Amino acid sequence: MTTLSPYRSTEREARDGFGQLLHAEWTKFRTVRGWVAGMILAALITAGLGVFLAKASANPSCSSQTSADQQGPVQHGAACGGPGYALGPGGEPVQDQFYFVRQPLAGDGSITVRVTSLTGLGQGTNNGVPFGAIAVPWSKAGIIIKDGTSRGSAYAAMMVTGGNGVRMQWNYTGDTPGTPGTVSAASPRWLRLTRAGDTITGYDSADGTHWTQVGTVALAGLPSTVQAGLFVTSPSHSTYSSSLGVGTGSSNPTQSTAVFDHVSRTGEWPASAWTGEYFIEDGEMAVQGNGYHQAGGRFTVTGSGDIAPLVSGALNDGPNITVRDYLLGTFAGLIAVAVVAALFMTAEYRRGLIRITLAASPDRVRVLAAKAIVIGSAAFVAGLAAAAGAVLIGTDIAHSSGSALFPEPWPTELRIIAGTAALVAVAAIFTLAVATMVRRSATAILIVIVTIVIPFVLSAPPGIPTGLTEWLLRVTPAAAFALQQPSPQYYQVQANYIPSSGFYPLAPWAGFAVLCAWTALALILAAYLLRRRDA
Amino acid sequence: MSLPAAGLPAAGLSRARYGRETLHAEWTKLRTLASTGWLLLSVVAVTVAVGATTDAAATCPSGGCQADPAKISLTGVQAGQAIVAVIAVLAISGEYSTGMIRVTLAAMPRRLTVLAAKAALVAGLVLAAGAVAVLASVLIGRLILPGHGFTLANGYPALSLGHGPVLRAACGSVLYLTLIALLSLGIATAVRESAVAIGLVLGLLYVFPVVTSVVGNQHWQRHLEQIGPMTAGLDIQATTNLGSLPLTPWEGLGVLALWAAGALIIGALVLRFRDA
Repeated sequence: MTTLSPYRSTEREARDGFGQLLHAEWTKFRTVRGWVAGMILAALITAGLGVFLAKASANPSCSSQTSADQQGPVQHGAACGGPGYALGPGGEPVQDQFYFVRQPLAGDGSITVRVTSLTGLGQGTNNGVPFGAIAVPWSKAGIIIKDGTSRGSAYAAMMVTGGNGVRMQWNYTGDTPGTPGTVSAASPRWLRLTRAGDTITGYDSADGTHWTQVGTVALAGLPSTVQAGLFVTSPSHSTYSSSLGVGTGSSNPTQSTAVFDHVSRTGEWPASAWTGEYFIEDGEMAVQGNGYHQAGGRFTVTGSGDIAPLVSGALNDGPNITVRDYLLGTFAGLIAVAVVAALFMTAEYRRGLIRITLAASPDRVRVLAAKAIVIGSAAFVAGLAAAAGAVLIGTDIAHSSGSALFPEPWPTELRIIAGTAALVAVAAIFTLAVATMVRRSATAILIVIVTIVIPFVLSAPPGIPTGLTEWLLRVTPAAAFALQQPSPQYYQVQANYIPSSGFYPLAPWAGFAVLCAWTALALILAAYLLRRRDA
Repeated sequence: MSLPAAGLPAAGLSRARYGRETLHAEWTKLRTLASTGWLLLSVVAVTVAVGATTDAAATCPSGGCQADPAKISLTGVQAGQAIVAVIAVLAISGEYSTGMIRVTLAAMPRRLTVLAAKAALVAGLVLAAGAVAVLASVLIGRLILPGHGFTLANGYPALSLGHGPVLRAACGSVLYLTLIALLSLGIATAVRESAVAIGLVLGLLYVFPVVTSVVGNQHWQRHLEQIGPMTAGLDIQATTNLGSLPLTPWEGLGVLALWAAGALIIGALVLRFRDA
């Protein structure tokens, strides 16, 4: 009589690790054709809309700039006579336009002046009220030390402003406040700049004897002979009226006049006299009236323009197309990703598969974690492909068609692309968590669309009052769209910093943190409910 | 393929009677779902809340502005339509997700009659909820907007339904929501899965306003606004500056009606010729 040994499977015993769980969830995702197709579709929609937008905005209407005569000559990205711009030392597009009364300064030295007045001589009107009564808040008059006369070259300057007190500014984006208050004959301001090697130090004073150091900056690679002297400039005055469907912005040039006296210098100034010029390359399109007048020790200088970074956006002075515009289709791809993410969980309940899943892996929180990792990774890949495609192809189209595309430094471009992928990935995990809570795909999709897509959609076209859209973009998970902001907001440049121009109320990573916080909250609630409720 | 004159049960119900019975059955299904009531309530709540917030955020500086106060107070429709879409989608896709559709079609084999009954009921419910939401929005706009510069001095009389264009904007917004419901029902009947249908509907609605906002080419922009179901349909809300619209208000609503009709026809064809 033989003994029968019981059957044993020759398969190796599977381990019950998190790796196996991840593999199981990945297999579920990978083998549902509709879900993989949905992710691919999401990437194609976003990238496709990006390409469409790049093509459709390739020849912007040439008449949209209201202040064309205020712009300097064309240097970069000029499209049908649109605004040209120079690049500053930091690689950002800048405006470098002012009236400059200059002399070369050889080697180390200093220049000191007293400013007794700064008044506006506006051109154009604001709601029917002509400019002229006051200088615009960021009109500037003072002294500057500049690396030659090419546009976008390095500089440091001490200045009085129309409404922001004394400032020291350098290289277009640097700004430090000095003595506050407006300048007048009764309360003049003394300004001083000293150069020692690459280092320039700015001082201000109310009386010419008691000096305060405002700031000190190092301008790397400053040549031994620099251009130094007096300058006046006055930025255009931007207005934006938000009315539904008709978001209209206008940008009117302004002029300011300043009076300087007590000009004193130390160091070697080889030229015998001052040279006055409206500082834009080639000297063309000088705004009428700019100039200077010297009588005794008194200089009266009138200028227009700005020495500042350019601000992107349809209603601002800079090149109005940004790579963020090519990513407006992100929300459509996000809808597709959210549908897949919701189904990734709700399909388990619909088919009863959840019971098998939980029987195989009784630790429910681990199941949720594995699902979140799988769907998050898939969404990240889809988002990355979409964003990289939209930005790179869009940029290529813009360059080949000569569109005025706002140039991005590579770290910003990288943040926009990787940030978009992160936004899509975390939004997918958020959707998964919501779907775990509500168990019905329709409800989950509705919640995600109302909290992420609608705030974005309301903010994208100009017209909806910005108070509402900015509030929504602070508190809802849609705050993460701030990751796509194409250029910083400069408090020292007055412009239309509104969501429809790509300016979000929160900093890029702060906005992303809002989405992450909502997602963490949703995951905690989902884990709690998944454990407490019967499947 | 010609189907037999199926559907008329043995009892020999008349066509009209059969229609009424179908309508009644569909009404019972819709009425007894807890979600229907909640969703209808949230259509009103979301529409009114977003409208009121927009009113509160809007300002018209002295000296006048180009704003359209009727449009501002009806902004909530742009958010409320998302929930309308969900109501309409669930009316049909809910049946597919639970398998109820097979019972429905066994009991009422005339599939197009079933779809027509669903369309009529969903449209009626959304019409009612939309009317409440729009009336409340206009009323709130009438109360809030004068405090934000929309005064007679700036050329804006208080919002009143007695004013022709405002009445058109209000009635048109209710019709807009109804047409969005029909569009959603058509798409959901075609694709069946609720999440996919909702994603498709809202993607279709929102993609046009977002894309047109950055298209620099005026020619493209105008065309996109003319064909987009949301951009064209919302032309009905305009009460000022009608000359700058890409379509007249009623033409715009007509474009949306074409979209809705197209979606319903596709939905009907799929329902009729595909196994449930």
